[in-house]
Amino acid sequence: MPEGQKEDAAEAKPRSAKAKSAGGAGKSRYDFVEGDRYAPAPESSDHVSLKDSYHLFIGGEWVRAPRRLQTINPATGEVLAEVGEAGPRMVDRAVGAARQAYEKTWSNMPGRERGKYLFRLARLIQERAREFAVVETMDGGKPIRESRDIDLPLVAAHFFYYAGWADKLDYAFPGRRARPLGVVGQVIPWNFPLLMAAWKLAPALACGNTVVLKPAETTPLTALKLAELIEEAGFPPGVVNVITGAGKTGQNLVRHPDVDKVAFTGSTAVGKLIQKDLAGTGRRFTLELGGKAANIIFDDAPVNQAVEGIVNGIFFNQGHVCCAGSRLFVQEGIADTVVRKLKRRMETLVLGDPLDKNTDVGAINSQEQLERIRVLVDSGKEQGAKCWQSGQKLPRKGFWFKPTIFTGCAQSHSIVQKEIFGPVLAIQTFRTPEEAVEKANNTPYGLSGGVWTDKGSKIFKITSQIRAGVLWANTFNKFDPGSPFGGYKESGIGREGGLQGLAPYVELR
Amino acid sequence: MSTKKRLAVNKTYKLYLGGKFPRTESGRYYELKGRKDALLANVSRASRKDFRNAVVAARKAWSGWAAATAYLRGQILYRVAEMLEGRREQFEEELRAQGSPPTAAKKEVTGAIDLFVHYAGWSDKYQALFSSVNPVATPHFNFSMLEPTGVVAAVAPEGSGLLGLCSVVAPILVGGNTSVILASHARPLCAITLAEVLNSSDVPAGVVNILTGLREELLPHLASHMDVNALLLCSDEASEAKLAQEEAVENVKRVTLHRDGPLEESPYHILDFQEIKTTWHPVGV
Repeated sequence: MPEGQKEDAAEAKPRSAKAKSAGGAGKSRYDFVEGDRYAPAPESSDHVSLKDSYHLFIGGEWVRAPRRLQTINPATGEVLAEVGEAGPRMVDRAVGAARQAYEKTWSNMPGRERGKYLFRLARLIQERAREFAVVETMDGGKPIRESRDIDLPLVAAHFFYYAGWADKLDYAFPGRRARPLGVVGQVIPWNFPLLMAAWKLAPALACGNTVVLKPAETTPLTALKLAELIEEAGFPPGVVNVITGAGKTGQNLVRHPDVDKVAFTGSTAVGKLIQKDLAGTGRRFTLELGGKAANIIFDDAPVNQAVEGIVNGIFFNQGHVCCAGSRLFVQEGIADTVVRKLKRRMETLVLGDPLDKNTDVGAINSQEQLERIRVLVDSGKEQGAKCWQSGQKLPRKGFWFKPTIFTGCAQSHSIVQKEIFGPVLAIQTFRTPEEAVEKANNTPYGLSGGVWTDKGSKIFKITSQIRAGVLWANTFNKFDPGSPFGGYKESGIGREGGLQGLAPYVELR
Repeated sequence: MSTKKRLAVNKTYKLYLGGKFPRTESGRYYELKGRKDALLANVSRASRKDFRNAVVAARKAWSGWAAATAYLRGQILYRVAEMLEGRREQFEEELRAQGSPPTAAKKEVTGAIDLFVHYAGWSDKYQALFSSVNPVATPHFNFSMLEPTGVVAAVAPEGSGLLGLCSVVAPILVGGNTSVILASHARPLCAITLAEVLNSSDVPAGVVNILTGLREELLPHLASHMDVNALLLCSDEASEAKLAQEEAVENVKRVTLHRDGPLEESPYHILDFQEIKTTWHPVGV
């Protein structure tokens, strides 16, 4: 969501750009509090090529798995396509194909040539970005504005970035020589399906490894379409293999003895299981796990800008973001103002058809996730926090949840301690910077955090005291291929992105 | 009085915990025998409770040590080298008593002193080596830098009583971490004497804590403690590595494995106990 609007934007006409494009400049034409009156503006999907059935991409071939899974559009409940479910034999075959490709071609190829494949892939993605954005939105439920303006540009940028590293690894590790690890097994989540595939594939391939990638059960389509592009780009067979399936498929991949390294993004609970599975095997792993980020608003912050940041922090991608700003800490003096403005701003969010270009809040990714959110929200009410939801009407079909905030939260509440992974914000107040830091750090997680203040020295003091891997000052949820991402404590091990994102994919000699 | 008749004053080897030298709370000990089976010391056999107390001390000391300037940390490590140099005879004697030939003992002490000098120099340099300013496509000043991982538990090499121990302590210490170190079981004497050196070198209380005891008893606790952020295990035993990695899961502890021998001098060992923090700072007026 856009941030950094002018001072009064959040209060009077928060969506000024949109108001303009709809033909009105002032606030008179639209009453945002009464509900939006935008005409529907659906992104066209007739240019999208989507098959009824997809197979596993193994060794450069499309292999039919006997067992099938259906993937649905969470905004409508309709079946989009059928994909294969890879059993142990298929996992084994994919790892074998990756091993062969590693030994025969990829690890011996000059870095410059490897890089060119990745550059070529980045270009193909750019050319078909809109199509991929539409599929991403249909399969996952995220607003087209996000998949089009954030996910897809970052996907292409990520391949571009690491393409350039492939022939420069000798400069990345002073005093050491970097060697690839071998076959990498990668298991990725459903919240940013294609972006997570890019985060995993690009550095692994640039460093000379080959990959078996398993996308999430509910969002397999863009990874399979990416496999089509990889085929089109002419990658040697087996360098990238994409196998679909549920948790069991991922487990078989992680446990496969011929996988040299595992990279996982997902929940902390599953991350711990993987860490345990790999104990004593000598195989490497990196984990990008859950978070419960503190977003701290000081009383000298630009309040309207901060409100935009709060909204972006927790309602971006329906809150299905591991680094979401799900714990809000507001300094006491401005708490009432911030909560009042936040509620007003929440009423203006457009919730509905993810393919509509006006939509801010899309569908919840799955029935299962919706249930998880409900359970935690109920626990928040039971434990005594005060719940408030904005007034949008929810579509009858599909999975939806209203933007939700809790006030009067205590540190012990489940909604403060547990990752909800939905559009639910827990608000607390603080008096002194020390109190804010102490509360912010009082969590087993340490992925990200936000600090809002007009005072530069305060930013550096507070950001250096928050125990988390990514800190945003006067902004939130920003990503870039050059910027390392990853957590402290139980939010994971290792970094993705940037120079530091190469280390997990090389052995140093 | 004749010096021949004078009875030597033996040292009691205890633990080093929160800047103090207590006996183990458990009251247990194990016998360390030297040449001709002579008793060298009744070494404290630390308990789980001692370890937990040590972690509390390390956590308490962490914020101060992590915030100390790189220059100060370097000064203190160099001071450790100075103190070691001044007491080299004592260390050599202990090493000989535990079975090292005189030349090997001398070489090991020299190595330990030089190692502290080496890492003292890294204190204000590793950050520049591993940090970065990242060009991002939005108007933000984006940079990544290292921060200490926190409280580190370590099992020092069994086969190298002084150099092995120092090669474990120095990279953890110079990086701003606090630590609880389990010393070699068979060669524990230098560990407690090193604690005396640390104690007189302005290393703040609790920053380094040293225990003596049984690996098989203490390793599971080192690996599973929820307030320990990272574990370094020097071991050639595959079963120990597996156990440590399994027990480390519950708080996603970072585990670094190394063979049973001194860690080679390298800034990458400092990096093993660092986290990378990336900060986005807006650019604008």
